Amino acid sequence: MKNFLRLNASLLYWVLVAPFKGQLFKISPIFRQMVFIGVRATPMVALTAFSIGVTLAMQAAHSLQQLGAEIYVPDLVMVTLLREMGPVLIAVIVIGRSGSAVAAELGTMKVSEEIEALEVMAINPISYLIVPRFIAMLIMLPALTVLGNYIGVFGGWAICYFTLDVTTAGFILRALQSADTWDLYSGIIKSAVFAWLIITIACNAGLHVEGGAEGVGQATTSAVVQSLLAMLVANAILTALFFFN
Amino acid sequence: MNLTTEPVVEVNNLVRKFGDRTVIDDLSFTIHRGETLVIMGGSGCGKSTLLRHIIGVMKPSAGSVKIFGDEITAMNDRQIEDIRRRFGMLFQSGALLASLTVGENVALPLLQHTDLSVDEIQETVTRKLQMVGLSGFNDLKPAEISGGMRKRVGLARALALDPELLFSDEPTSGLDPIMTAVVDRLTLELTKDAGMTAVVVTHDMTSAFRIATRMIMLGRGKILAQGTPDEIRTHPDPEVQQFINGEADGPMPLNLSQDDHENHPHVKARPLVSARRRFNLKMP
Repeated sequence: MKNFLRLNASLLYWVLVAPFKGQLFKISPIFRQMVFIGVRATPMVALTAFSIGVTLAMQAAHSLQQLGAEIYVPDLVMVTLLREMGPVLIAVIVIGRSGSAVAAELGTMKVSEEIEALEVMAINPISYLIVPRFIAMLIMLPALTVLGNYIGVFGGWAICYFTLDVTTAGFILRALQSADTWDLYSGIIKSAVFAWLIITIACNAGLHVEGGAEGVGQATTSAVVQSLLAMLVANAILTALFFFN
Repeated sequence: MNLTTEPVVEVNNLVRKFGDRTVIDDLSFTIHRGETLVIMGGSGCGKSTLLRHIIGVMKPSAGSVKIFGDEITAMNDRQIEDIRRRFGMLFQSGALLASLTVGENVALPLLQHTDLSVDEIQETVTRKLQMVGLSGFNDLKPAEISGGMRKRVGLARALALDPELLFSDEPTSGLDPIMTAVVDRLTLELTKDAGMTAVVVTHDMTSAFRIATRMIMLGRGKILAQGTPDEIRTHPDPEVQQFINGEADGPMPLNLSQDDHENHPHVKARPLVSARRRFNLKMP
């Protein structure tokens, strides 16, 4: 925990303070990390989001059909997807894919003396290794969430259009009426918070690996478990703040 | 030999303990500009730990380490970084960044600490790799070359900024005899012609006697002997003679399991076992 807070503090220093002291971070590694964390994750995110949209629509249809209220299926899909399922499940995918990879990569660098070598070359590991990953994650997870929202809504539409008697025009109308922009923004804010938690927990686990390959394995596991827990707890808190007061 | 008296590194009464085990026990010595100091000693005698204290990666339990005249144990991170730009360090394993190519690894300090253009950096990288006999390997990843080659890339990287002081942790282990000679000649050239100071930790005796202007032999965290190569060669201490002649039997204690402990200080020290028992050797 102490390490985690210290990492956050120095991360904030390198992102917010150091650039004004003439220690700019380089842009190209950020893009490299964005490709890895974001672009390469799009197929998985798309599949996940589509499945969620379809599932939500099927469950909603099942209940609402009994009331003869299928026209409200888009409402349910939109609100659940934008507010909860989109941010949370896409964060789960990114934890499994990128959080674990970052922890393992940094852990391996730690045990093979690479991080010590950077320090001895007077290259700050936080600024060189962590800042690009942090910024990339902070940009890409919300971006993936927006993309996932689109695809999830598309999945919901597919169910409505092909199995229920809801027209495309009807779907769009209901969808736009039920959800307002705050639903979208709240999801984006959530995913930005998740991004922060995921990347700092993963980096912290990786940077403090001890004792060889076994340590790297343990760090990776604990990074995944801790960021899942932190993400879900944060989601509950944010939902309470945004929608339950 | 233009040995000036200006000290580059001064170690005074350095003590380092891991738990209740003393790895470095009240060490004091000075390294002068332009000399090549070879630090020798059996595995686990504290050589690498000593090096880590000099470069400011580890903090001593007591004592002082001055580098370029400034106390490194009292510095903040920024000051340590400024000092570190002035020396190069070759790690035992090479410690190359696995995600970068050989060329990018050597270019890394140049990219981070100089304003050279891409062409100039390219040119320097090619020259440094040539010095260690690895021209044409720029685009390979560290995983695609041998351990000895990785070590030589590490040396090229350590020399990238033309440091005034070079630390080498076992520069020649894992190298074939010819490459050992090449690396030794490089060290000699740099110290004699470019005025670099070198601190070399090694237990390769051929290489040690070839490059050293002064030698320190460590044992049980203390200095067992120090002097010029000739003085060491004729040193009366039987432990020193056993070490430089590489004899299995002699006065030097065989506590090999200390080595494991030093590399993994968080692992509890196991009771010391003699090498014979540990490897189940039957002696006649």
